[in-house]
Amino acid sequence: MDLLPFIDWVASSPLSKWISQSRWAFAVIESIHLLALSVIGGSVLIVDLRLLGFGIRTHTLEEIARQAQPWFLGSWTVMITTGLLLFWSEPQKLYYSAPFAVKMSCLLLGTIFALTVRRKVTLADEGQVNAIWLKLVALVSLALWFGVGAGGRWVGFSG
Amino acid sequence: MSLLPFCQWLADTPGSIALHESLFMYPLVESAHVLTLCLFLGLAIMFDLRLLGFTLTRVPITEIKRRMGPWMLAGFAVMVVTGALLFYAIPVRSYQSIWFRGKVVALILAGLNAFVFHATIDRKVADWDLDPKPPRAARVAGATSLILWAIIVVSGRMIAYNWFDCDKQPQPHIVNIAAGCVVPPPAGGR
Repeated sequence: MDLLPFIDWVASSPLSKWISQSRWAFAVIESIHLLALSVIGGSVLIVDLRLLGFGIRTHTLEEIARQAQPWFLGSWTVMITTGLLLFWSEPQKLYYSAPFAVKMSCLLLGTIFALTVRRKVTLADEGQVNAIWLKLVALVSLALWFGVGAGGRWVGFSG
Repeated sequence: MSLLPFCQWLADTPGSIALHESLFMYPLVESAHVLTLCLFLGLAIMFDLRLLGFTLTRVPITEIKRRMGPWMLAGFAVMVVTGALLFYAIPVRSYQSIWFRGKVVALILAGLNAFVFHATIDRKVADWDLDPKPPRAARVAGATSLILWAIIVVSGRMIAYNWFDCDKQPQPHIVNIAAGCVVPPPAGGR
């Protein structure tokens, strides 16, 4: 499948031109992207630290995961929306960017992992899941989200 | 008092030049600075949201502080060290950046807010530790913290943009005053 025609179409769209030519638009969108990064980081870490055995102890894993979930989904939505706008402003650069490819792969895997394996484990009765598996789930989750963040930062340094 | 001579001296030290001109060290330090936002600020946001009664409403405040506090402190230490290194790499331009100056002011205010919180309502935390919606003073502290940290993050990001840099003249008078610009700008320096 050749994505290049789509990439070129995005680049020639009025929205793309507006964001890339505006003095402020990119910076403002990116700032919102960064603020949502902080929130998504907190909502992921508060659960993953618990999975690793370093988190809140007074309450069940399920309770913490359930309370963190709306903040995760909310900030994820903001990340995707602002991220799409950032992509829209420079699709051709990103199409050829290796860090961006890493970031998108980690994002896809991280999102699927969060909504399937990690969700199942966090909502299960804690005693039923071996502590080793809990830790493994947390490490996979942290590694994937780190890949998203680090890949995103590295996009800006290359090219 | 102007710190400009100090920043100019700092900019000419070998370490500053090396970090500024490095191919990988500077991006690595900056990446660490940004990604540690998740650890320090992410957990601080969860704590502030708990103070506002928006999340983890059944978990005692003291439990979140006890268990997450060390992680926040570790994250904050990384933020401070990497932030200092970033300033060290680009001292003059940072010093004369209205964004950097705004960030420092907001950081001081955030520190004051945290100090006031710990010195007042947090002393009586035993009385409201389990409240799903903490008392007004605690909620105000949480909201103030969220606003100030948002300002810190955004102004920090904006340092990268050169819209108001001193070497881009003419600037509005107010910008030159706020940024401490020397007009016309002397040659060199970063």
